[in-house]
Amino acid sequence: MAEEKTPNSRPIIDVRGVWKRFGSAEVLKGIDLQIKKSEVTCIIGPSGSGKSTLLRCIAFLEEYSEGEIYIEGELLGFSLENGGRRRVSDAEVDRVRRNVGFVFQQFNLWPHMSALENVAMPLKLSRGMPREEAARRARAMLEKVGLGHRTQAYPSQLSGGQQQRVGIARALAMEPHIMLFDEPTSALDPELVGEVLQVMRDLASEGMTMAVVTHEMGFAAQVADTVMFIDHGIIAASGSPNEVFRENQNSRLRQFLQNYFERNVFWQGSEGAAAP
Amino acid sequence: MFNTEIIVKSLPMLLQASVWTVVYSLTSVAIGFCIGTLMCAAGLSSSRLGRGVAAFYVSFFRGVPLLVQLLISYYCLPLIGLNVPSSVAAVGTLALCTGAYIAEILRGGFLGIPPGLIEAARMVGLSRAQILTRIEVPMAVRFTLPALVNETTMMVKASSLISVVGVLELTRLAQNIATSTFQPLEIYLAAGAIYFVINAVISSAGTLVEGRFKAETAR
Repeated sequence: MAEEKTPNSRPIIDVRGVWKRFGSAEVLKGIDLQIKKSEVTCIIGPSGSGKSTLLRCIAFLEEYSEGEIYIEGELLGFSLENGGRRRVSDAEVDRVRRNVGFVFQQFNLWPHMSALENVAMPLKLSRGMPREEAARRARAMLEKVGLGHRTQAYPSQLSGGQQQRVGIARALAMEPHIMLFDEPTSALDPELVGEVLQVMRDLASEGMTMAVVTHEMGFAAQVADTVMFIDHGIIAASGSPNEVFRENQNSRLRQFLQNYFERNVFWQGSEGAAAP
Repeated sequence: MFNTEIIVKSLPMLLQASVWTVVYSLTSVAIGFCIGTLMCAAGLSSSRLGRGVAAFYVSFFRGVPLLVQLLISYYCLPLIGLNVPSSVAAVGTLALCTGAYIAEILRGGFLGIPPGLIEAARMVGLSRAQILTRIEVPMAVRFTLPALVNETTMMVKASSLISVVGVLELTRLAQNIATSTFQPLEIYLAAGAIYFVINAVISSAGTLVEGRFKAETAR
């Protein structure tokens, strides 16, 4: 692809006509999207719609079946040669996605390491950072997510919200150019969701480029630059929060949002009565 | 008449020989652990060749009696021009044998590791080898520690078999003393007691380490 001169005009993530099939099941059916620097993109949709699969394809945790995904201009996972594509080596995949951070629904902290080691170990091993410097950076990252006092705790000794914040610190320590969040609050008790969303809000306001698969509509409405509604493997609606949540008349989207609001209503007073 | 005096007199020599028993068996478990880890990883890999090699290795060393393996290596190595000391050949054979069992033990541990932990390691750029040594092996050991300790005590006992290929260790020395003093019962009882103590120490060490691992996951 042609290199453009102004760096900001080139999207960090460029997904072109991506399909993903598991056997005969088509999970993604031609996805096109771009994520530019400092943009926050929230991906919403019913479960099974393919939104997590899309994010995992962008991280190459799943191989996409068809199409192209570019990360800062470099094709991810494959090389194109005379009309076909060939899977590149794992080391080459690692090189292309070195600036992509990923936060998992299940946190996926390594249980045999303390919070500090979870963050510092990758710095030592994949960045070749000296032990002291890695520990210092890890401590700074844990402080950034509000866990400066729990650096020595093992994951099992932390609450879900704290574990997820360690997960965010681990990804951030690698200084990614984009952070991908795969339902980062879905495995949390409701009262722990806020602390994780706050960390993500702070990141967004610092200009971090983010793609967030989420069921937190409030977060999407407040923080996202772009909201995408994925349904049955296609992007059925996309635009600013206002466009997607208020204006777009796609019937599946309206139904999805209707279900969401009904599920979250817990007080239905008579007209005029104030909700608590 | 039960002769306690002969036990007291032989004890220093028996203890000295038991040091060799510990050295031979722990060395072979350590080497066997590395072999077992690689074979386990090969057996679970996507490479058809790797899986084939691992399957053959495990079935051979689990299927043939250790005593026969020791005799084969004892008579076979000189034939193919490898003149290694019999102790080295014996430890090598013990290591290959226990490696097959350890590979099978670790397999269960590897399969119990949530795939997400590996994905997390891939996303921060760890290489395949780093994931193996820093994530998979430590976790698999935690999952399978009791079985690994058990295998180690089995190897301490199995090391008595290398006496038949002329390597001096506890059992071999006990045989020597027994035949020269004509007091086999006393000597073998003493040797048995020493094996028992060695394995009791290993088991306690295992329990201790298990406790430390538990502390990591205790709330």
